[in-house]
Amino acid sequence: MESLISASQFGQSACLKVILAGGRAPGYEKSMTKTGYEPLTSIDAITAGLASVGYISTREISTAIYLAHNLRKPILIEGPAGVGKTDLAASMARFLDVSLNRLQCYEGLDEGKALYEWKYGKQLLYTQLLKEKLGEVMDGAGTLNAAFDKLTSFEDLFYSETFLEPRPLLTAMKQDHGSVLLIDEIDKSDEEFEAYLLEVLSDYQVTVPEIGTIRAQVPPLVILTSNNIRELGDALKRRCLHLHIDFPEAEREQAIVRARVPDVSDALLKQLVDFVQGLRDLDIRKRPSISETVDWARTLLLMHATELDEDMVRSTLNVLLKHESDIQAVDKDVRTLARAAASAG
Amino acid sequence: MAEQVLTDFIRALRSADVRVSTGEAIDAAEAVKLIGYADRQRLSDTLRCVLAKSPAEKLAHDRLFELYFSRAPIPHAETPPDQADSEQDASEGPGDMLDLLESGDETAIAMAMERAGQEAGLQEIRFSTQISYYAQQMMKSLGVERLEGEMMQAFRERTEDGQAYAEELIEGRKQMFSRAREHAKQAFETYGAGATLAFREDVLAETALTALDVRDLSRMQALVQKIAKRLAVKHSRRRRKKNRGQLDVRKTLRANAGFDGVPFDLAWKQTRRDRAKIVAVCDVSGSVARVVRFFLMLLYSLNEVVPDIESFAFSGRLEDVGDTLETDDFAAAMDKIVNSIGMSSTDYGQSLSDLKMNHWNVLDRRTTLIILGDGRSNYGDPRLDLFREAAARVKRVIWLTPEGESLWGSGDSELLRYRPHCHTMKHVTTIKDLERILDEALSRYQ
Repeated sequence: MESLISASQFGQSACLKVILAGGRAPGYEKSMTKTGYEPLTSIDAITAGLASVGYISTREISTAIYLAHNLRKPILIEGPAGVGKTDLAASMARFLDVSLNRLQCYEGLDEGKALYEWKYGKQLLYTQLLKEKLGEVMDGAGTLNAAFDKLTSFEDLFYSETFLEPRPLLTAMKQDHGSVLLIDEIDKSDEEFEAYLLEVLSDYQVTVPEIGTIRAQVPPLVILTSNNIRELGDALKRRCLHLHIDFPEAEREQAIVRARVPDVSDALLKQLVDFVQGLRDLDIRKRPSISETVDWARTLLLMHATELDEDMVRSTLNVLLKHESDIQAVDKDVRTLARAAASAG
Repeated sequence: MAEQVLTDFIRALRSADVRVSTGEAIDAAEAVKLIGYADRQRLSDTLRCVLAKSPAEKLAHDRLFELYFSRAPIPHAETPPDQADSEQDASEGPGDMLDLLESGDETAIAMAMERAGQEAGLQEIRFSTQISYYAQQMMKSLGVERLEGEMMQAFRERTEDGQAYAEELIEGRKQMFSRAREHAKQAFETYGAGATLAFREDVLAETALTALDVRDLSRMQALVQKIAKRLAVKHSRRRRKKNRGQLDVRKTLRANAGFDGVPFDLAWKQTRRDRAKIVAVCDVSGSVARVVRFFLMLLYSLNEVVPDIESFAFSGRLEDVGDTLETDDFAAAMDKIVNSIGMSSTDYGQSLSDLKMNHWNVLDRRTTLIILGDGRSNYGDPRLDLFREAAARVKRVIWLTPEGESLWGSGDSELLRYRPHCHTMKHVTTIKDLERILDEALSRYQ
């Protein structure tokens, strides 16, 4: 019996504050506790910090992060696939040395998978355990009323944190030193879920009806990404800072490839980036992303290429272009593009 | 002062169709407090991030930021003496035009212009025709009357010196007026241009399609795109409806197998909604030439936003134009279609049988068939049998015609004979009509 009661008293973790309905928490004055956000002192510090973990930032990206931290707002990042939206979140987590909680959105995602769930199985097990112990507990309660009183004097066992299974959103709220919460491809989720996110994103709190409101002591740095499959609701957009990341300029792309593939020679690097940039201007179904440029650089390196030549490009084009029709469409342009890149390099 | 600058900028953004909520305005104020006005590039990045939330809005922001902050003096909150000075100035009334001219101090003149502009309520400017009016108002608050008094005085003296002085004053007044005008014009570009455009679009949406001019075309296209997007956003929502109250027994058992079959999680039956599918058939012959542009424009825009749409065009024969609309840009696609298909004389019967021969399988029970045309078939066989068969296959048939109801059935028009097989037959006069009818058609899928 002892063990049962102590189970119900499972302490709340230090970072977590449970405020029963109606109670309002004090504002988020910067507490004395050390958070992981200390390196975010200035925009330049962010750019440098991201560079140290291999993410080449831009003025705009760093500004957005700086604002997000200081205004305590989520960032909504839009832009074509493969420009490093998700990678930004991962790099931030590495830079700040905090945990990354990732929530991948898809159609049909609900709060049970995003926020929390009750551990039904465990609850069931406990019910059965309790059944056997019930006689002992009720020992001495002469009347039905006395038994009832005795029962209600115990805390609510089943709807306590012991049986709460935290999912990414709740986990992110519970981090002591802050965390990066990545809500990936929010446009793939349903509108109901988007509405559900509003509470989490504006107050950094989660309401569990059976327990109360759980508020993050150190709000996570929230990054949402969208590929614009559907238009997001106004309410969500209003609550977020908005960052549009497009394909990078040649210079930045060179820096990115250099960071990922350090062995590539300067001449080849410049040529291959020029070629990819030229490719993006063509009318094709899927324009090559940064990660594909990186893959291509690796491929060329494996083939011991020192500079671009037409045959080499043709034989490795499938690394860059993933649609047969695209490969056919650029076929006639390969020569001119490769020559232009080679002569410029 | 600093707040005024930001408030005015937000007002300018709003007039340019950038939606800025109060909450966002507060965020912007906080962000600016953090970043400061000193670094313009940084300020632009910041406001862009806080206020503009789509690529179109970002463009509008960049344009306005350039326009606005090239003019507005950047306030220095950290230099209180300066502020005290300007407050003092204000209490003395706006800087007098005479003094300004005498001193010739450029900064003072610019400051005075700014103040006069605010007094004249320049932020309210909406139309380019108002520029002169506002310039006059600014002249008044700059104290043009005292200058004019002085001028009259000098004339009256009838001395050579007086004459010269008066002429000098006239020249000065002219200069000030052109500066005030310039100032008002800039204000119009900042605050008014967007509002004017919105106004024009409202007018365009209500103008009869037949009365539209070729030069409205590009603006019209933007408008139609907006409409198509609005429709798509509205109707791409929820495709599943929870049917509460009807237990899905299999699903519930499956979901709770782990709990020994004790049903913790109840699963309810769901009904899946049909996704909208549109088959549009557009008459591109000479008789509807005036409106065909807009029909095609709408098809083109819908093609971009509705995932499931098949488009056909016909005059003598019917052809699939889906690929053309998808791959080419609008002007090219339209030329191609009108030139290759629109050249022969209209034959609805032949076109229907082409549809039957080659594309009959695109018509199914979740299809809305939209026909755009006047139903003038040059006295050929209208093939009502085929039309009836098509109508039976699909969910709904909507016929949109550019002709008024009184003309239906006159001459070679077969509309009255087609009519019994259509769910709706409507006379479309404006873009608004088109939007309403399509909205209604798509609502049937809810």
